Amino acid sequence: MARSDVQLMLDVKAGDEQSFALLLHRYRRPLVNFLYRMVRNREQAEDLAQEVFLRVYRAREDYVPSAKFTTWLFRIATNLALNSVRDNRYQRMEISLDAPVTADAEDGDEKTLDVAEKHPNIEQHLVEDVQRKMIRHAIEKLPEKQRAAVLLHKYQELDYGEISKILDCSESALKSLLFRAYETLRVELAPLVAQRARQ
Amino acid sequence: MSCSRMESKILGYVDGRLKEGERLEMEKHLSTCGACQLRVNEFRSVHALLDELPMIEPSAAFDLRVRARVAAEPAKQSWWAWFTPSPRVAFAASMLLLATVWVGRYSMSDPPQIDQADIPVLENYDVISSFEPLTELSQAEPADNADQQSQDM
Ligand SMILES: [Zn+2]
Repeated sequence: MARSDVQLMLDVKAGDEQSFALLLHRYRRPLVNFLYRMVRNREQAEDLAQEVFLRVYRAREDYVPSAKFTTWLFRIATNLALNSVRDNRYQRMEISLDAPVTADAEDGDEKTLDVAEKHPNIEQHLVEDVQRKMIRHAIEKLPEKQRAAVLLHKYQELDYGEISKILDCSESALKSLLFRAYETLRVELAPLVAQRARQ
Repeated sequence: MSCSRMESKILGYVDGRLKEGERLEMEKHLSTCGACQLRVNEFRSVHALLDELPMIEPSAAFDLRVRARVAAEPAKQSWWAWFTPSPRVAFAASMLLLATVWVGRYSMSDPPQIDQADIPVLENYDVISSFEPLTELSQAEPADNADQQSQDM
């Protein structure tokens, strides 16, 4: 039977490096994706994810399983992401005074190899590509705390209690955060939403 | 229940996280309110659209970088350090053991001479002679002792 996250972390605490490798393996993908959606830059996302694992490792001796492991993990990740987003915005403000904003260099990053095979019809491929870009940009435009709430709720499937601990707010504040985010997304993605409703 | 009170529960209804009572209350409201029903449908669409974002894969170097950064951490006292003492500690421990055995054998085979120069040895002898395992060895009838103990039990 697979050991639980908490058990793995307790084993790391007891000096078992192999358990750390297992935790790394279990959470590298969700963490990198969460951070990528938060900071919008792949390299920076990986760098921050490494930082999260490093902090987990550093904290191993003091680890007490008082909360779910994922709550702790994503709380570290969210704090790093929010700080980084705020730093980036500050840097961008400085840069934008000198240079025009260039196209998003990250575009096209996510194209999966089998898209062309699944859809030999190039038009459909393009439509889906445009849709994905719309969705991505709509998420990126959300205020960062709303964005974090949506990502944790949708992709990590954490419950409201966990997410509110991660974001350091009450459950009712979280619910209103999520409601506002979904309201914005509903408007931003109105053509896609309408299309879907017709299906 | 008013529409404004429903707002905070719409997403919970869409993702199936409402409690049973709340869900029934929501459904009762939806059956009479077109505006909230539309919102539910739209939130459901948004929720589903978010599934279309593909996941990215961490780069091949990701694990190596994490391991390198972890390895660069200043080493703390790890648990196996207790079982692999430093050479100096090991040497000192084996010398202590040797000395104990030698003193023990010396004191049993050859009772000490009273000698003014040997006062530190005599002090040691007092400790060793009252040391239980050694005094037991000099007792005459260990078998009787064993019998008595088993009767006592
Ligand atoms: Zn209503």
